[in-house]
Amino acid sequence: MRWVTTTNHKDIGTLYLLFALVMFFVGGAMAMVIRAELFQPGLQVVDPQFFNSMTTVHALVMIFGAVMPAFTGLANWLVPMMIGAPDMALPRLNNFSFWILPFAFTLLLSTFFMDGGGPAGGWTLYPPLSLQMGEGFPFLIFAIHLAGISSIMGSINIVVTVLNMRAPGMTLMKMPLFVWTWLITAYLLIATMPVLAGAVTMLLTDKFAGTSFFSAAGGGDPVMFQHIFWFFGHPEVYILILPAFGIISAIIPTFARKPLFGYSSMVYATASIAFLSFIVWAHHMFTVGMPVVGELFFMYATMMIAVPTGVKVFNWVSTMWKGAMTFETPMLFAVGFIIMFTIGGFSGLMLAIAPADFQYHDTYFVVAHFHYVLVTGAIYSIMAAAYYWLPKWTGNMYDEKLGQIHFWVSTVSVNVLFFPQHFLGLAGMPRRIPDYSVQFTDWNVISSVGGFVFGLSQLLFAYVVIKCIRGGEKVDDQVWEGADGLEWTLSSPPPYHSFTEAPQIK
Amino acid sequence: MNEGLQQKNGRSFLRVGLVAVAMFGFGYLLVPLYDVFCEITGLNGKTGRIDEAAVVARYQPDLARSVTVQFVANNNLGMPWEFGPVVASMQVHPGKIYSTAFKARNPTTRDMVGQAVPSVAPGKASRYFNKTECFCFSQQPLAAGETKEMPLRFIVDPNLPKDVGTLTLAYTVFDVTQVAVN
Ligand code: HEM
Ligand SMILES: [Cu+2]
Repeated sequence: MRWVTTTNHKDIGTLYLLFALVMFFVGGAMAMVIRAELFQPGLQVVDPQFFNSMTTVHALVMIFGAVMPAFTGLANWLVPMMIGAPDMALPRLNNFSFWILPFAFTLLLSTFFMDGGGPAGGWTLYPPLSLQMGEGFPFLIFAIHLAGISSIMGSINIVVTVLNMRAPGMTLMKMPLFVWTWLITAYLLIATMPVLAGAVTMLLTDKFAGTSFFSAAGGGDPVMFQHIFWFFGHPEVYILILPAFGIISAIIPTFARKPLFGYSSMVYATASIAFLSFIVWAHHMFTVGMPVVGELFFMYATMMIAVPTGVKVFNWVSTMWKGAMTFETPMLFAVGFIIMFTIGGFSGLMLAIAPADFQYHDTYFVVAHFHYVLVTGAIYSIMAAAYYWLPKWTGNMYDEKLGQIHFWVSTVSVNVLFFPQHFLGLAGMPRRIPDYSVQFTDWNVISSVGGFVFGLSQLLFAYVVIKCIRGGEKVDDQVWEGADGLEWTLSSPPPYHSFTEAPQIK
Repeated sequence: MNEGLQQKNGRSFLRVGLVAVAMFGFGYLLVPLYDVFCEITGLNGKTGRIDEAAVVARYQPDLARSVTVQFVANNNLGMPWEFGPVVASMQVHPGKIYSTAFKARNPTTRDMVGQAVPSVAPGKASRYFNKTECFCFSQQPLAAGETKEMPLRFIVDPNLPKDVGTLTLAYTVFDVTQVAVN
């Protein structure tokens, strides 16, 4: 019962993180089905409709069920500790926004058992395809509504906490970057999730209430859905990466034993990424038949985002430059993040070239791009954060040896999994297809093998986490020699209410 | 938490929450904005409609120039009609009115209603393509087994950019029987 009614930021943070871990394995199991089917050309394992629902629900579960709740859980645990507050500003709202999530995902997953099966039109829900779903369609829409409401409320809570609950002396420009990136992420969420909610509501009324927002027969336009969706969708991809930037900006200085290089430029870079993310959405739609000026505008605007992103990578590298570095597991994941996220950034730049995108669009090249930024980007940052702060949260050190093994097995296998998908895409293999021509076989076999190894190695992660929660070598308050920040002044594990008395800020 | 702070948090909650509600409205506002934007810029392949009387006053036929107009017909998913143009293409002079027709047959055993939706390619030429009469202006009922020839009268604006030599007019016919009944 304690867990159901709790309003404590640490309890709720834990709930979010465990929920995200469960969803990570649910979505991961679907990815295993996808890779099993693509192991060989032809149809072997599942029928095409089910395959398509696997790609669709895998994406929805990973984005809305794993990555976003994991970041919210980290924010719940860390934001009050980092700004010297006793708890979140709106504790009851906090409880509510978590407990919506299990219902949302039960609804989503229950569609598999309904007539017509789960959603199979892609996570982007483009009509008219998405409207052809069976009985489960309204459940899909309500699941998205609920997940959206949950993350909007979680974001409002974070904004209010950061604005009102800072300890005296904790000025905005003294806040750790994780708090900054989350503040900006929360604004992005508040500005874009309602737009998604509107778009899916229009789908719902198009299907059941006779409106024709997206039906040409009634004067609507299906391409308009793509515009509205990506007006949400592109900021959404930054929602999935900005908190990661904050995490990496905390971990790199600790293990390089140097303060972060260019703090204020990091803040401005984050803000400008957030601003630019609203004016680039049509780079997902280069092939819908835009006029040349439109193509050019969205092409240049997209390339401009690479500038502040480059500033960040430059700052991280400069922080490590001549630092006294050690490579504990969190640092391994952080360095892995920088290298592999940058690979994803480069393939993004290739996709941003409008004429080239006509060839790459909807191929495995895009799949490779977004898995480099999301798996070796967002997910790696979450793993890094888990290893970095678990000793603080539990008071126990995790198993360093197993952590290192987890990193190396994951990193080798994830590249075996996703790097060949670049080649497949360039050679013309389309995404979201259960069968393929035989010339794509070799790279698919390799990719699937990498996939299975990567999937299995995540069980090791779950094992290390559980082992650490249950016990281990005790750690002191500081935990990491080079760590800096208010959370390290609290005991390990920290008291139930973080700072009942405001701390002194230097 | 002290009372003052709690009240302050409550106020902030309302203020930020209002932004979220406003953005929900903004999502819907994007729909008319989109239409207005397409109208101003002439994007989206939407064709114009003008009065036959206005044409004579507005346009001078440009007999020195001739462009090709191609006709294409598609059926939306699940629409069983046999639907196609009577002629596949025409040579026309800008500024002059022409007539042609599309043919539709309802091969099923039930009465149906169709709606044809036009689109012109290249997109930048669409605002120079105007119709004075078209079967797409209204829904078209076809009884079971009925065949109908549906007229179309159009005029190409003489201001059509010089680099456009071919226009394609495409219709997709949708089954709107359900909607028409309700
Ligand atoms: C340098 C920065 C980036 C650039 C220039 C960039 C560019 C692009 C472009 C042009 C596409 C569309 C490709 C197509 O469909 O043809 C795309 C797709 C995508 N990008 Fe990025 N991207 C960048 C960073 C990111 C980041 C940081 C994320 C998320 C963490 C991300 C996630 C995605 C996703 C999920 C898609 C595919 C969406 C879909 O169609 O399902 N990208 N990117
Ligand atoms: Cu994008």
